[in-house]
Amino acid sequence: MYNDKNSQKIVDIIQNWARKHSIWVLAYGTGCGAIEIAPTMTSRYDAERLGIRGAATPRQADVLLVTGYLTVKTVKRVVRVYEQMQSPKYIIGFGSCTINGGMYYDSYNTINLLDKYIPVDVYINGCMPRPEAVIQGFVKLQQLIAEGKANGAQKYLDNLAEYKANQAKIAPHWIAKAPDYNW
Amino acid sequence: MATFILAFVVGMTYGGLVRKITARVHNRIGPPFYQNFIDAFKLYSKTSAIHHGAMHFMGPAFLMVSSIVSLMIVPVLIPGGDSWYNSWFNNMNAGGDLVFLIYIMVFGSLGLALGAGQTGNPNSSIGVTRGLSQMVGFEIPWVMALVALMISYKTTSIVDFINIQQETGKWLMFENPFAFIAAVLAMLGMFRYSPFDIVGAPSELASGPVSENGGKFLFTMMSSGSVFSFVKLTLFVDLFMGGAENLVILVIKTFALYMIPVLYGIVSPRYRTEQAVRFFWGWPTFIGLLAILYAVIF
Repeated sequence: MYNDKNSQKIVDIIQNWARKHSIWVLAYGTGCGAIEIAPTMTSRYDAERLGIRGAATPRQADVLLVTGYLTVKTVKRVVRVYEQMQSPKYIIGFGSCTINGGMYYDSYNTINLLDKYIPVDVYINGCMPRPEAVIQGFVKLQQLIAEGKANGAQKYLDNLAEYKANQAKIAPHWIAKAPDYNW
Repeated sequence: MATFILAFVVGMTYGGLVRKITARVHNRIGPPFYQNFIDAFKLYSKTSAIHHGAMHFMGPAFLMVSSIVSLMIVPVLIPGGDSWYNSWFNNMNAGGDLVFLIYIMVFGSLGLALGAGQTGNPNSSIGVTRGLSQMVGFEIPWVMALVALMISYKTTSIVDFINIQQETGKWLMFENPFAFIAAVLAMLGMFRYSPFDIVGAPSELASGPVSENGGKFLFTMMSSGSVFSFVKLTLFVDLFMGGAENLVILVIKTFALYMIPVLYGIVSPRYRTEQAVRFFWGWPTFIGLLAILYAVIF
């Protein structure tokens, strides 16, 4: 069910307000961007005042924060983590590497555009984005949630075949054998 | 019902205030004090399309049942007080019994242990093991403190303890100080703030027993945890601080008491499991022994 602005009921507005002010982040910090998460969360930039807080496991998380480049190997794990999360769930692509490959654009084993494999709601560009930019990205996500436009999870379900085909292009053997986490 | 709503609201607000106070100690601004309510509502409105079998559903239910049952047998206000809302919080006051309470307070954790076991997540199993070890640690000074009180006053009824304090006008924390100190040291472990947060260590164990629970499961655990912390604080106020005449005094006393584990926790790093157990079997147990001796001799 798409959650458009025009068809938002009062319940949706209240729920979206709560979602907007309580964002639990699962940081997938294998790229270099993970170093920017610590100052964002701690005393200097204090993301907790916006309700943004770290989550320990995919089950508890709302936002998957993919920090930086993804190799063919790690993108499998990202897909698996994303499918374990409970909807409504959002993805923030962090840094240039998730947009166009960044400085690894011509590497033989990194992906260039993250959105081909999992649906990204907000991109934060920069190499690296500073904590101000990260918080700006979260605020943008909050706006999208409030307007009911952050529908990445629904997009993933609707175009599942296409996403799976894209994933199978880079990891053919893994996708065929992968257990189905997509309840 | 009124008691449950009170416990839920007060417990959740305390949780939010703790986050705010922690943030202020870290020199941060911190979330608003109602942040926990937003979190709870959001968790409740998430889908929970997972299941690992029947026990996985029973775990949070056991927690909630344990919290509510212990809430029902702990007198919130002094029974027979003259406040106009006093009759709302009557519960099962007359049946409040310490021996049963000692049992039922452990019941929730055991239920959670069963539920966490069935998820099959190794982090959950490690968390459960640690939690039960820690419980073996802090239950000893805690029970010793309670036994000291029972010996002194020849009763196990919580209402009788309140009445004794009302009649003599002296709080039991001054009458038997050793029992109070032992109970407070046990309380540090009971609330699971640092340095005793070895059960749900966030980065080390990925939140331990709750690691496979999101959405509504986590909502149930969160709210039962809030209710349970209110129960424990109220029990301490009833036993050692003379009970509460009305809700304002109750909130003041419980909040002052709650700050002991919280403020100690903010500035402490985490113990390992064996260090935690060794801590509880050291000075707290010795002080508990002193409390019993004090109760027997005087």
